[in-house]
Amino acid sequence: MIVAERKPLAEILGNVRGVGRVLLVGCNTCVAICLAGGEKEVAVTAAQLRLALRSEGLEGCITEGCVERQCEEEFNEELGDAIATHDVVLSMACGVGVQTLAEQFPDAIVYPALNTTFMGRPEERGIWSERCLGCGNCVLDKFGGVCPITRCSKNLLNGPCGGSANGRCEVDPENIPCAWQLVYDRLERIGQLGRLMEVEPPKDWSTSRHGGPRKIVREDMVL
Amino acid sequence: MTQGDATQGVATQGVAKSGSRLERILDSGAFAVTAELGPPKGTDLEVVRAKMGLLRGVCDAVNITDNQTAIVRLSSVAASALLCQDGLEPVMQMTCRDRNRLAIQADVFGAVALGVRNLLCLTGDHQCFGNHPAAKNVYDLDSVQLIRMVRRLRDERVTEGGEEVEGEVPMFIGGAANPFGDPFEMRVIRLAKKVAAGVDFIQTQCIFDMPRFREWMHRVVDLGLHEKVHILAGVMPLKSAGAARYINNNVAGISVPDAVIKRMSGAGRGQKARDEGMRMCAEMIQEVREIEGVHGAHIMAVEWEEAIRPITEMAGVLPRPAVAN
Repeated sequence: MIVAERKPLAEILGNVRGVGRVLLVGCNTCVAICLAGGEKEVAVTAAQLRLALRSEGLEGCITEGCVERQCEEEFNEELGDAIATHDVVLSMACGVGVQTLAEQFPDAIVYPALNTTFMGRPEERGIWSERCLGCGNCVLDKFGGVCPITRCSKNLLNGPCGGSANGRCEVDPENIPCAWQLVYDRLERIGQLGRLMEVEPPKDWSTSRHGGPRKIVREDMVL
Repeated sequence: MTQGDATQGVATQGVAKSGSRLERILDSGAFAVTAELGPPKGTDLEVVRAKMGLLRGVCDAVNITDNQTAIVRLSSVAASALLCQDGLEPVMQMTCRDRNRLAIQADVFGAVALGVRNLLCLTGDHQCFGNHPAAKNVYDLDSVQLIRMVRRLRDERVTEGGEEVEGEVPMFIGGAANPFGDPFEMRVIRLAKKVAAGVDFIQTQCIFDMPRFREWMHRVVDLGLHEKVHILAGVMPLKSAGAARYINNNVAGISVPDAVIKRMSGAGRGQKARDEGMRMCAEMIQEVREIEGVHGAHIMAVEWEEAIRPITEMAGVLPRPAVAN
């Protein structure tokens, strides 16, 4: 899923101070699951904004809203009237949701309230970590189901650098495991250590973001 | 230098790949000695010249670091060219952190044009350790892929993109190995991959833990890799017990055994400690020289180039052998 976290209140305030009526819209999909932008977080953020604005002697007119999936226009249609009667839309969706609102309602001023961080998963309660960079050419079959492009700090494809110690990455030993330790352990466990002897040639990055913004057209699905 | 020139060298066996002095010395079977020179954090060439003066005649080639520890410095291409102009042989370091495959190939061509004949292919320290932690890194290639790319430039005269190279790319290709990093089992595998990719010589991470180095070399020899690549053992003179502790605690993948720290502590402070550090380094060179498969030493005296002459003298590796150009 897409994992995000809320921007600092001070930064959000910078965009909504003195703008008039603010529509704060959450999203009930990924960002709700990672506790960043669902209904609950909308309520908390709205309360914090009202308090902060009032403490500055400003009007804190914040309307709360939440849609099922902000990245799909059909779910946002219900917002049309509210958007028309507000001065600023503050989106608590991921960057895709923010842009969907901006494209769908071209006259609306839409600001983000979250920092969209990565594609990842919850590791344990309150902890999420990155798993996929969306390189467009999955190599997980070669590395025992551990992605070195995402999980190695230098996206190395031919083994660990010299900075792997005790299974941790030197970039941030506390928080980052060495991807190559994980690859090694997995391949050993599933009897595929032989794969490590193969020299992995330079990756074709054209399928990743380096080839420019990507688009998928499924002719069989196009109306 | 052409291949014909190189094969006339007294020390050369077979056909030279680069004609570099380092290649000729290693191919002659002599024990090679390399040192390191960190370019200035700017354009002060006096820094380079002073360091060159300290290194002349005491080693066979000098590594020129490439924004080491991700700190911006005079480029390794330019500093290497300065050495060439002054008759010292550089081992130009090239990392994958700051350049993509286009820039690396362009700089390799440029370096060859300026007289550089040895290239050390590195992944590069992560930018979070340097003075531009907000930088975007590249890592388009990793060091194994870099070795393979340069080998193909040289031997197949073909770019990574598949086009013919105009002219020759006579580079002696080096790589690094860290026998002390984890997972230990991967360390020899990674060396084998570098050999398969076409590396000619290896400089290891600094050795303080000699038993582990010996174990790693034992595996290297078991796999016959020592016959396919020249291994230069990395050594570093310690300036003080504090420096030893700092390295032990702060550099991932290097451990300094207690005995080494104790010996440094027992030596006293200041010059006495530095003397002991140089002595210990010289002893290590003598020790690694006796290990099967070790063909040279790479001395990393970071910002302490003055130490190279006394260390090499004590280690008994002076004068450096003369090889014909």
